Amino acid sequence: MDKAGSKRRTGRGRSGSPRTGPVRSHFVFTIPSVFAASRDVQEKILSDIERRGFNEQTRFAIKLALEEALINAIKHGNRFDPRKEVHVEATITPEEALIIVEDEGPGFDRSSVPDPTLRENVEKCSGRGILLIEAYMNQVQWTNGGRCLRMIKRNEPDVIPGC
Amino acid sequence: MAESIPQVSVVSQKDIRIVEFTNNKILDEGNITEIGTTLKSLIDEAGKPKLLLDFSNVDHLSSAALGMLINVNTEIKKKDGQLRLANIKPQIFEVFVITKLNKLFKIKATRPEALTSFDD
Repeated sequence: MDKAGSKRRTGRGRSGSPRTGPVRSHFVFTIPSVFAASRDVQEKILSDIERRGFNEQTRFAIKLALEEALINAIKHGNRFDPRKEVHVEATITPEEALIIVEDEGPGFDRSSVPDPTLRENVEKCSGRGILLIEAYMNQVQWTNGGRCLRMIKRNEPDVIPGC
Repeated sequence: MAESIPQVSVVSQKDIRIVEFTNNKILDEGNITEIGTTLKSLIDEAGKPKLLLDFSNVDHLSSAALGMLINVNTEIKKKDGQLRLANIKPQIFEVFVITKLNKLFKIKATRPEALTSFDD
């Protein structure tokens, strides 16, 4: 991810009336490794997908995955190190939301994270964030040694359970 | 900004403590810690704690909240107590299903159903 312009916050193409505004929104955030800083990122991204009329299930999925991704980056990636930052990029169109979250931590190997749904791990308190991200998003990819998470959620029509 | 509103309200029915989450989001670490502390004190004060967690107001929760609930369940089990979860909205219930925690917790559809499910 482009790390130039630290601290910049841009949101291009956010003017226009609901649902008839610009086709594509693009956000770039660089935030310190504190949870409070992630709130603003979430609010901006979630208000854009709401403005675009993403359905409730999709908004729930994005909110959950984004929350988990930011917690992972701040807590497990950067380990609250004040010298490290979290970089977030979101590209939102009427069809989908692409969100990239990258930390400056040591990275991790996805395959080494224990499956929290296995009987022997179900009472352990960690490992569920990644599981939820992968369950709720349509595409999830870890790159840069696990530091960079790229995830896509498509704005699909409501799925009626059981159909 | 510090959250000044309590995260839970607690009422008693016989020896059962009914805990209702007052915030629609169980996300922030600070809030989760506060809820965990309150629940721990309810567990500590009873010989065999009986806790009913009412999720009526909850629209969002995070994996950190699930971790806190797992801790609560473990603490209650240590004291041979009982834990029930009730009024979980379908979207939130799906989170329990995905993580398979619906098998760990005893989840009931309604508060009355949960209340009658406690063993004496």
